[in-house]
Amino acid sequence: MKLLTHNMLTSHVKGVTKGFPLLIKATEVKVNDLEFNPQFVIRMIPKLEWSALVQAAEQLGHRQDLPSELLQDYEKNEEFLKKVHRALLEVEVIEGCLKCPESGREFPISKGIPNMLLNEDEV
Amino acid sequence: MGTSKRGSCLKYIFHLAQDNLDFRLPEIKALLALRGKPFCPGENFKEKSPFWCLDGLSEEDVSGIMARSICAKSAFELWGHGKTHSELRTSLLNYPLKDMLLFMHKDSTYRINVYTFNKTLEFSDRIKKIDAMDYLPFEGTVSLKSPQHIFCLMEDYGNDPNNIPEHPDYIYFGRWLADGQRELIRSHSVKNRHFIGNTSMDAGLSFIMANHAKVKENDLVFDPFVGTGSLLVACSHFGAYVCGTDIDYNTIHGKGRSSRVKQKWRGPDENIRANLRQYGTEKMYLDVMVSDASKPVWRDASLFDAIITDPPYGIRESTRRTGSHKDNNKPPDGIYAESHVPVSQSYHLSDIFTDLLNFSARHLPIGGRLVYWLPIYRPEYCEEIVPFHPCLRLISNSEQPLSSHMSRRLITMEKIKEPEELDSLAHLSNSHFSPYQGHNAFREKYFSGQNKRFGKEDDKSDVNGE
Repeated sequence: MKLLTHNMLTSHVKGVTKGFPLLIKATEVKVNDLEFNPQFVIRMIPKLEWSALVQAAEQLGHRQDLPSELLQDYEKNEEFLKKVHRALLEVEVIEGCLKCPESGREFPISKGIPNMLLNEDEV
Repeated sequence: MGTSKRGSCLKYIFHLAQDNLDFRLPEIKALLALRGKPFCPGENFKEKSPFWCLDGLSEEDVSGIMARSICAKSAFELWGHGKTHSELRTSLLNYPLKDMLLFMHKDSTYRINVYTFNKTLEFSDRIKKIDAMDYLPFEGTVSLKSPQHIFCLMEDYGNDPNNIPEHPDYIYFGRWLADGQRELIRSHSVKNRHFIGNTSMDAGLSFIMANHAKVKENDLVFDPFVGTGSLLVACSHFGAYVCGTDIDYNTIHGKGRSSRVKQKWRGPDENIRANLRQYGTEKMYLDVMVSDASKPVWRDASLFDAIITDPPYGIRESTRRTGSHKDNNKPPDGIYAESHVPVSQSYHLSDIFTDLLNFSARHLPIGGRLVYWLPIYRPEYCEEIVPFHPCLRLISNSEQPLSSHMSRRLITMEKIKEPEELDSLAHLSNSHFSPYQGHNAFREKYFSGQNKRFGKEDDKSDVNGE
């Protein structure tokens, strides 16, 4: 699971009102080498909840020097965009789980794939 | 590029393949819209004809369209046309000479092709037709193998294979500009794909769907019923980043029984990511997840540029969602059954589409598109049965017949406004809702006595790629 995806996910456990962002508990993390595409990063930044991205990167020990606040005029800042690219797309959780911040319910991640299914009694 | 003496815009002629007829116009319109250009057909435009003359375009527009189109075989700069060869000649002699000479000077090489639609001509007749065009000021040399410029004489002998006229109904002559992407049908054929399932979308249609959805480079595309990822493969080819979900754990993980006749179990390299890797687009792979499309896990924002999907019809795969039954046994605490859906309710077809449209209204930007297949019982079809949503405008509805009683329709919708609180219930007050309820009986109708030979669900099917 990549952090771009994580940034868009929220807990849907019944009754939960503050299900975003999900906490990440990772037992295996991989960092891939992915072709840097500044245009895509620029398009994704406005969709992000920035602090959730920083928090997630931090939880994985891969924050590096991602700033706490989104930079102004990031479009021309290639160095910054590369950091965002790395956090969003290159860091991947292979094994672990996502945890609902309110209910504590855990969604397992196995082979890089989260399982978001709820059981019948939670639905 | 000059303008003709007649003072009208430079025209182009597209030669389209005669299959998926219903899908062609929406595809070309979508590709034009991607370039901000309107659809301006010439006079006498006939949608069913393989030849379309379009106005108001530049050569870059034509290249752009042909770099994406599955429906169009080739595109030409139109030099002349007419009902007879005499009219064609007049038309050609009216084409600005200086524009012709660019491609005909003595150091150039060229070839003239003759293409006849709905008629087969002897080789000698083709040569005669080429020779009859000696009034054109070609000064270059003919090269059959690698000409710099290719020209095409196109003759349209009508649409009736049982009544082929002696002389063509219409004739065109043009300079070849580009071919379409029909090669993708072969290169991305499901037959050769690493990871497939019973319902993997055939390559041609998946690229057409990506075009209907106006997918473009650096888009983020989502498929909520992703299956084996055929639609993601197509979208990634056009430069979009892709993600998907499916309720079926085994399909998402690439486990379980193979859909190939001679293979029992799936191999280790069979999953959606491997499919993108096979075609060189792994870098566009974002994520796939096991998830129930009726219970979305996404935060409330316009996250996806396009949503493209083939929801289950309940025929070759089941329609399921998580939920409780009255006589259900509770699972042991703390153990979440990971390898299968805890309890499956049947997911009524009409609910699938209601949920899909609501989801799209929430998570697309204004102008973003939803493209999905709607299974249809033909004897009872009417336009009102197409699901409605106040935030989504219907763009196109293309039918693919499957049998005398069944077809599926590719529906394209575009978001026109943000949803308000009550919009998600709009379908209940709408008269559109009642006809669609009958759709839940789609599965019954499919399996009814009239369709006995389709009645059995196949566990393994011989993959019907092309």
